[in-house]
Amino acid sequence: MQRGRGWRASANAAILLAVAGCGGGRGQTAPPVTLRFWAFGREGEVVEALVPDFERAHPGINVRVEQIPFTAAHEKLLTSVVGRAAPDIAQLGNTWVPELVALRALVPLDSLLARSRAIARSDYFDGIWDTNIIDGATWGVPWYVDTRVIFYRSDILASAGFPAAPRTWREWREALTRVRARAGGHRYGILLPINEWAQPVILGLASGAPLLRDDDTYGDFSEPRFRAAFAFYTGLFRDSLAAPVSNVQIANLYQSFGNGEFAMFISGPWDVGECLRRLPPSLQGRWTTAPIPAPDPSDTTTPGTSLAGGSSLVVFKGSPHPDSAWAFIEYLSGPAQQSRFYALSGDLPPRQSAWEDSALRTNSYARAFRRQLQFVRATPKIPEWDEITTLLADQAEAAVRGGVPPDSALAVLDREVDRALEKRRWMRGRMHHDTAATS
Amino acid sequence: MTGAVIPSGVPAAVSAGLDERPARRPRWDTGVSWRTVLLHVLLAAIAGVAVAPLAWMVSASFMPAGSATTYPPPLLPHPATWANYRELFSHLDLSRELRNSAIVAGLITASSLLFNSMAGYAFAKFSFPARDRLFRLVLLGLFIPPQVAMLPLFILLRELHLVNSFAGVVLPSMATVFGMFLVRQYVLGIPDELLDAARVDGAGELRIYWSIVLPLCAPVLVTLAVFVFMSAWNDFMWPLVVLTDSAKYTLPVGLANLSREHVQDTELMMAASVVTLLPVLLLFISLQRYYIRGITMGGVKG
Amino acid sequence: MVRGDAGARAARRAAVIFLAPGLVLITLTFLLPSIAALGLSLTDFDIYAVASPGNTRFIWLRNYAELARTPMFWISLRNTLYFVLAGGPISVLVSLAVAVMLDSELVRWRGFFRTVYFAPVVTTLVAVAVVWKYLYDPRYGLLNAGLHAIGLPPVDWLGSTAWAMPSIILMTVWKGFGYNMIIFMAGLQAVPGDLYDAARVDGAGAWQRFWHVTLPTLAPTFLFVSITTMIGFLQLFSEPYVMTQGGPLHATLSIGLYMFTEGFESWHVGMGAAIAFVLFGLTLIGALVQLRLRPKGTEGGA
Repeated sequence: MQRGRGWRASANAAILLAVAGCGGGRGQTAPPVTLRFWAFGREGEVVEALVPDFERAHPGINVRVEQIPFTAAHEKLLTSVVGRAAPDIAQLGNTWVPELVALRALVPLDSLLARSRAIARSDYFDGIWDTNIIDGATWGVPWYVDTRVIFYRSDILASAGFPAAPRTWREWREALTRVRARAGGHRYGILLPINEWAQPVILGLASGAPLLRDDDTYGDFSEPRFRAAFAFYTGLFRDSLAAPVSNVQIANLYQSFGNGEFAMFISGPWDVGECLRRLPPSLQGRWTTAPIPAPDPSDTTTPGTSLAGGSSLVVFKGSPHPDSAWAFIEYLSGPAQQSRFYALSGDLPPRQSAWEDSALRTNSYARAFRRQLQFVRATPKIPEWDEITTLLADQAEAAVRGGVPPDSALAVLDREVDRALEKRRWMRGRMHHDTAATS
Repeated sequence: MTGAVIPSGVPAAVSAGLDERPARRPRWDTGVSWRTVLLHVLLAAIAGVAVAPLAWMVSASFMPAGSATTYPPPLLPHPATWANYRELFSHLDLSRELRNSAIVAGLITASSLLFNSMAGYAFAKFSFPARDRLFRLVLLGLFIPPQVAMLPLFILLRELHLVNSFAGVVLPSMATVFGMFLVRQYVLGIPDELLDAARVDGAGELRIYWSIVLPLCAPVLVTLAVFVFMSAWNDFMWPLVVLTDSAKYTLPVGLANLSREHVQDTELMMAASVVTLLPVLLLFISLQRYYIRGITMGGVKG
Repeated sequence: MVRGDAGARAARRAAVIFLAPGLVLITLTFLLPSIAALGLSLTDFDIYAVASPGNTRFIWLRNYAELARTPMFWISLRNTLYFVLAGGPISVLVSLAVAVMLDSELVRWRGFFRTVYFAPVVTTLVAVAVVWKYLYDPRYGLLNAGLHAIGLPPVDWLGSTAWAMPSIILMTVWKGFGYNMIIFMAGLQAVPGDLYDAARVDGAGAWQRFWHVTLPTLAPTFLFVSITTMIGFLQLFSEPYVMTQGGPLHATLSIGLYMFTEGFESWHVGMGAAIAFVLFGLTLIGALVQLRLRPKGTEGGA
């Protein structure tokens, strides 16, 4: 009994070892082609609905959508790339693209884009498209976008003398001062959670600060524009215009917003749906969105620059079917599919033509986003950016809460960022050395 | 023995247990004492605690979606339904993960039995220089946390193109220090004369191993098989790291994935947990004698 | 075992054949990667290096220095030690108490109780973590419902920084007490009955017999249990991964989880390897300390 089981198991093991050793998804000679598409979170659930039409139009190509929870996505992506077991296509947050490019995991798409009739770069928001260009090559096609704008209580602002949202930093400060004067106590003008990096960075982007210098190998947080933006930021706390809390101290953002504990906060498109859902009916119509104000007091028409967020679609180098993968990407990038995707997921399309869709065109909350998307800039496209945001959040918190003078905090930040970028400097140095040696 | 009163903190049942232990009083003679009752009440309470979460899990798995997250939380399903299980096996492909777990655990068990028994037998019955020192060196491996080897092992697997494959999951578990130790302890008890007699008769070593040692080892092999199968079935961290394709997930990995996606679906998650737990529980209940013996063999110096 | 030279050579050859598969596998999948991990921990191997191995530099002990400077590391160390030093003794003592109770001659249905107490041990940790996550739900969980029933306020088990680790400890004790209980029971069986008789004749009460007869005889078992429990607890990973993801506010970030995120999420492989080695160091230190501290008379070899 034991013997037979042992031998059979060994034979099975040998066979399985041989077959399994080929890894996942290697090309078989016989069609149909199966594309593995990794999508994360809610997008993963929703995109399934778009697949049947594609498969009908392309008989012979099967798309298998694999839905991965966001919390596990980053780890699974990197592990699969390192393990040479990556899928064909994936949805990539655009801050993850630089990492995978550094891993040489993606297929550069320039030649495919040049030939493509379905994807026209001019139709895309410029700042968004730019997030996918690294070292002169294009690595992804934007799938959906987000950026950050101001959500505010229009009633509170109106009673403070601001029937429209502030358009410059001077107006912004004025509005917050008046709101605070009328409210007092535990009610503030704006919520800028102290432990988040996005708000100081947005202010930095708005003031045109480069954030890093010398080919993104050194921190540049002490240069004048960022210093000015950071001074504005810390000033809001110093003058009690911003609530002195971190995001874990806010039990229910929407409840607090509805109660008027703060009149403004900065967030992305998902919060439109959340506010519509969670704020009581009495409050609907008393809140809305507006683009980020610009630092220049004389320019009241141009918004301040904001974050260029969202996700792109990428093709992995190990994919045995890059052409089929590209066909699927072209399909998802079609304006009709983008509108449909928006309807299913609430994610904003990166193609301006898709915004002509009636639902988006008439959505008053989306208007601010559309305007803002024309003024977005990418954060430094390097793998270390994630780590830098953590350092930034820590120093910002030290400056706001810990009594550290803002300029000192920025000096410390630059030192720490320089240390985090040390390896990148070393590698860039070697690259230049190599190219110099061979030229 | 210095005189000391029983401290008030000592549970009476513990002292009851100690008191009666060596006495040879027949159990039935003067009826059941209050100590016995107390002891059994306590034991039953502990049994309740041990079982309660599992019982609730089973109960909730039969509840209709959404009914477990009501206040006050229900203990029994009203009405009971198979819907969660149906959903798991039709829509969520749990049967595939069940099959994957069975394959992986089966492969690991089979290879483990073979390689560990061979090595354990060699350590016990063959004499070669530095045998005992080598064995003690191998035993030291028990102190090294498996996490230490994981990253380099993953990179090694990548070079062998074994990432995201069952082979990659199985490879590190095919031979283990504990398995060798267990077999060796048992084989030490096999009389040398038996083996020497066979050698004198002209039997080769492999023949002796296969026809004499293995059959004699049947009890410890069953123990090892039960042990290895259960630990392979329950393994989480390594399959999590190695398997990137959801079609290859084993049950624990699939369950962890599901729990992040379906945080709200309590009843569904309970059903998935039941499916994950049931095979090992059944295996344990039917073969518990062997499993428990394996622990004591490893644990108590005999 | 009296053979000539040829016999000895044949014995060595046989030993090689029998030992080779198991030992080669262990060397390849465990020993070599562990040594490689030590080497990796002295480099700055990261994703750049994965892309092209030339992008690695030897930085000697810089990873360890960096760790010492990183608050997250000290948090994970503190959490892990909290888990081990609080959870370990609790788990061992509960197992001992239950073993003593179950060992009593008064007990009927001992086998039944033993099976029930052991059942949680064999359950898949991930499944159990999922179930307990719902038991711990502040609004709908059974635990808070139970507290409410006896008039106590609800506890935010997994959501408050003060209660998160105790919640994991509670679940771990529940899951594991049966394992050490079995080992203790085997040890208790080995206590010679006449020692008890002699003690009783000397007039010793139940507690004194426990303290002066049972415990000293159990000492080697106790040492074994405490060392193996410590080793297991130091490797805490699955529970925080499934239930809390290291939160809230890193209150349940263990060294194992930290190593996983550094190594497999951020791919700071050199750093991840350094963390794993710290874990190894802790394991060694902990074992050595316990071996040193053992009371006289518990000499026991492997």
